[in-house]
Parts: sequence; structure tokens; C-alpha cells
Amino acid sequence: MSHFRPELRQRADELVALYPRKRSAMLPLLHLAQEQDGYLTEPAIEEIAELTGTSAADVRGTAAFYDMIHLEPVGKYVVGICTNIACLLNGAQEMLEHATTTLGCPVGGTSSDGLFTLEETECLADCNLAPCVQVNHRYVRTTTPDAFDAMVADVRAGKLDHEIPSHGTLVRVRRQGGLRVSREEIAQQRAVAAAARAERDAAAKEAAEAAAAIVSTEEKK
Amino acid sequence: MASLNAPKIVSSRGQYADSHTLARFLETDGYVGLKKALTMHPEEVAAEVDAASLLGRGGAGFPAGRKWSMLRKSPISYLVVNGDESEPATFKDHFLVERDPNQLVEGVIIAAYALQVTQAFIFLRGEFALGLERVQQAVNDAYAQGALGQRIFGHDFSLDIVVHTGAGAYVCGEETALIEALEGKRGFPRIKPPFFPAVTGLYGEPTVVNNVETMSNLPWIIRNGGAAFAALGTGRSTGTRLFALAGRVKNPGVYEIEMVKNTFRDLIFDPALGGGIIGDKALKAIIPGGVSSPWFGPDLLDTPLGQDEVGGLGSMLGSGSVVVLDEDSCVVRAVWRITKFFSNESCGQCTPCREGSGWIERIMYRIEHGGGRLEDVDLLLDLCDNIAPGLSWPPQQTTICVLGPSIPSSVTSAIKMFRDDFVAHVAHGGCPHD
Repeated sequence: MSHFRPELRQRADELVALYPRKRSAMLPLLHLAQEQDGYLTEPAIEEIAELTGTSAADVRGTAAFYDMIHLEPVGKYVVGICTNIACLLNGAQEMLEHATTTLGCPVGGTSSDGLFTLEETECLADCNLAPCVQVNHRYVRTTTPDAFDAMVADVRAGKLDHEIPSHGTLVRVRRQGGLRVSREEIAQQRAVAAAARAERDAAAKEAAEAAAAIVSTEEKK
Repeated sequence: MASLNAPKIVSSRGQYADSHTLARFLETDGYVGLKKALTMHPEEVAAEVDAASLLGRGGAGFPAGRKWSMLRKSPISYLVVNGDESEPATFKDHFLVERDPNQLVEGVIIAAYALQVTQAFIFLRGEFALGLERVQQAVNDAYAQGALGQRIFGHDFSLDIVVHTGAGAYVCGEETALIEALEGKRGFPRIKPPFFPAVTGLYGEPTVVNNVETMSNLPWIIRNGGAAFAALGTGRSTGTRLFALAGRVKNPGVYEIEMVKNTFRDLIFDPALGGGIIGDKALKAIIPGGVSSPWFGPDLLDTPLGQDEVGGLGSMLGSGSVVVLDEDSCVVRAVWRITKFFSNESCGQCTPCREGSGWIERIMYRIEHGGGRLEDVDLLLDLCDNIAPGLSWPPQQTTICVLGPSIPSSVTSAIKMFRDDFVAHVAHGGCPHD
């Protein structure tokens, strides 16, 4: 039994097929798991291990490295506020403190109704609209406390759900079709490359041997 | 006076609200560069990029043409595009992936043709949710238009592009860490040598890694010729460049201006660009090339925006990000936040970076929040010296990648320029700005 819903399991299989090695699909698969569950659950870890040909410990260890992957449950909306340099100079610290009051949870915490998780983030690369705020990794561009409160009210009322889909940044990313270049073509290109590399290595080896021969002749003298 | 007559090479479609759509792209020279490139020999395409002497736009400023020519001697397997833009206050690649994804894809196809690669990956940071959608759409459109897949536009060249997503780690912008992440592992930078993924890259095979902005320049270079690109700018800094201006300025934003022909003063104060400092306050300092770069004081405002011009003064143009601090900005707080960033983002492989960043962050915290001691200032310099011995620029390296030696930049330049501010924090028992 797959932990992923059938639609997501199909997307997971398609993702794995895009890479020369299965493990490369790891990060996209972690996003898919969050799309379904909000955070990385144990059954999802097991399934990603199976999909990528790794172990559950390996998946857990990899996931723990990345800030966007949550190992604990999160609210329906993860609010990220950047406090890095450009935002700091434009009132980010004050915005973050304000957000704890509006959302009713501390930084890193989730509101009691389970709607919001508040995170302090590093630079989100939208520094012309500082302080930068994202909800489920969508830029909401509210740079004042009042605008922030209005945005939160809209989110609570479900008015922004079309702009702010649920978790998993790949929720609207759809590749049309798999790889088109045939395995034969790639293999052919690889063969040419391997031959050229072998030739280069042989030439280098020959040059090294010639140099060594000169050195040993010199030594004999 | 700012020099604003240069053509917009990568941001020309930015004027349109629908700049990201295929329709707008096709109306405005879309795929023209690619179609021209496909009629040329791959070596000729590479020669145009050499002639343009396009410097890589990621941060290190290595000539893209030379990176390629090192590779062309040995056939390569993969092209990886670095869109993991995470250097604080840098947001030019964000602009390119969201506002002109088709141009990026066209550039990637041109590069892949020049390098004769059949598989390319565009790695975007996970926080670019909209950017991921738009670049994927551009890739889908390219397949539908015959610009990707088998026998591109009927020529004897085939290519697949896969859009890949990161998951939140600054260090993955380092090209070997990027490759590790693309292999599905923790983003640990690889031990050098080999210094370039050209030798051992993705899956151990020769790989070229180029930045999003570097790729986005290629369609124009092929349409207009490398010489036309090289005619802009001066010396090693050719063409135009995107500058991301942020901090205490009236009009923060991404501006494409000619290299060297403009100064920091032009960028910050010209009405068509930054428009001056908020509230017309006095300038305190600028961070000229991302938070990894040493700071400049107001005395260096007239430095031209060029690779060697900035490099010659002990800093770097880096990622093209310029942050403005005004007279009311607290430098201690700024440095504390920057070191907190490095401490958060250190991958933990190397002791000087992992431990040093944390120690420095804690000392900066206590100075800013009232627990500082007078001897802390020299202690900070000593710690920085342990991470990057000699505190010279470019820094000496004690770590696998350059994240470590980037930590001292802000600390040492702020102490050099504003030692009194540090002392005032200690004397005042906290931040005098609070």
C-alpha cells in the first residue's frame, strides 16, 4: 500500500524517471510528501526510501539538512518572515514580533487552532519589498503590520486560497511528458565521451611515463 | 551622472506585465538566438561567448567562456544551471526566473548546444514556488515549440531539461554542494581538488555549472554577436549587469546597467535608479556585493561598478547585490544578523566555520543586547583570523568552501570602520539605537 495518494504516487514515479539515478529525486519527493501531509511523516519517509533506493535513516538524515522540510507537524499555513539584512534594516524584527501577537504563536510555534505556523527565515530574495513575508512559500508582499493583519484576516477567511495553495512548492508544477532524448542517443554520446576521455588519459599516462624515464636516465648519470 | 544608454540585455521584457508568457516571448525575439546558434558550429557558438568575455554572474566572476573551454577538451555529460540564489539581499535571479523564464530556457539550450550536452538541469531554490511554476511552463512550452526534445528545430541536436528544486539551504549555491543536492544528498560542498565539477561533477562525470543570469545573457549575445557585448563596459567587466539594490533606499529594486560606466553613487542616488536614501539621511556604509563581501564607507561611493574596480579596493562585486545602511542603521545589529545567518547556514563539515560562526554570532548577540565586554572586539578579530588567517582579501581559506572565509568580511570591516559603535554598545550596556 502506498502512503502517497494515487495521484501523488504517480507524480512521484514520474519524478524518479526524470533522473539518471533514482536518488536525485529525493528533494522533489520530500516536497511531494509535504504537499500531502504538511510535514514529513514516517510512512512517507519509508516510501521515499523505497522510491530512491535508500534507507529510511538516509532519507531522514538528508531531510534534516534542509530548512524547508518539516519533521514535526505544522499549521495549514506556514508564515515565513525574513529578518536578514535588507529586511532587518526595514523593520523585520518588529514585524516578526508583531506577527507573534497576530497569529497567537511564538516564532517556530503553531497557533492553537492549527491554522498558522510562524517561522523566522533567511533571505527570501524579494528584498525590494522588505520586510519580506511568504505564506506557504508564496510572496504576500505585506510590508507593514496593518497590511500583514489584513492579509492574515483574508487567509483566515479562505479568501487567498487560490493564491496560496497548500504545502509543497511543487503543487502546481506539472511537467508535460518525460524525457524525449532516447537512451540510445545518450549512450552514444557517453561512448564518444568515454572514448575521448580514455584517449586523453592514455596520453597523460604516456607523458608521465616519458617524464619518469627521463628522470631515471638523469639519475643514472 | 548615471550612464543609462546601454541596451537592456536580460531585462528588456521586464517592461511588460505578461513578460513571462510564451506569446510575449515569441513577439520579442524569442528563440531567434537559439535558431541562429543551431545554424552555427558548436565551437563557433562557444567562440561568440568567449568574444563577449562574459564573466559568470553567480558571484565568483569566472569567465564563462573559459569555464567552457576547459571542458570542451573533454566531452562533458551534464549542464547544471544554478538558480539557488540565496546570498542575502540578492534578488536578481528571482527577477529572471519569474519575469523571463523563456529567456532563461533559451539560454540553457544555447549553452547545451555549444557544449554538446544532451541533459541539463535547472536547479531553483525551493522558496521560488512561482518561479518553479513559470520555468516548468517555459520548459513545457519549449518542448511544444520543438525547441527541446528530439532534433531541436529539425537540427541534429537533442536535449532534455529537467527543472529541479532545492529545499532551503544557502550552501547549495556552492557548485559542488549544488551537485550533491541534485544527487539527492545533504548539500555538503565537496573537498577540492578537483577544483571544478568540470573534472568530477554530477554522478562523477564532467559537469558545467552556470548561473541563471549568465545563461540569460546568451540569447542576446548570439543575436547581436559577442563583440557587441564586449563593446559595453570596460576592461574585464563587459556587457551590462543586474544590480539588486536594497536597504535604506527610496527605490529598491533590480536595475540593469552597463558595467563600470556607473558608480555606487549613481546606483544609489540617481532618480532613475535608487533615488537616494529614505528621509534623505546620510549614508553610513554600503555592502557592495552580498553579505560575504567587505563593506565600503561613503568615501568609496564613486567606485565604478566593475569587477576589478571593486576588487582592487579590497572587496568584490560578488552577487550584484548592494545594501545601503543609513546613519540611523545599527551596524552592530546588522553584523549580528549577518553572522547569525552564516551560523545557521554553515553545513557543519569544517570546524573553523561550524564553531567559529556560532562563537562570533553569540559574541555579537551579547554586544548588541547589553552583555558585551570591551575585550570582545579584539576577541572577534582573533576568531575571524582563525577562520581566515591574516584577514586579507581575498581571504585565506581554512575550510572546504568559501562560506567559512565569508564570515569575517562584515565583522572585520565593521570593526575597522565603526569600532566606536562597538565600544558604545558595551559602554551603554546595549544598543544605543533601541
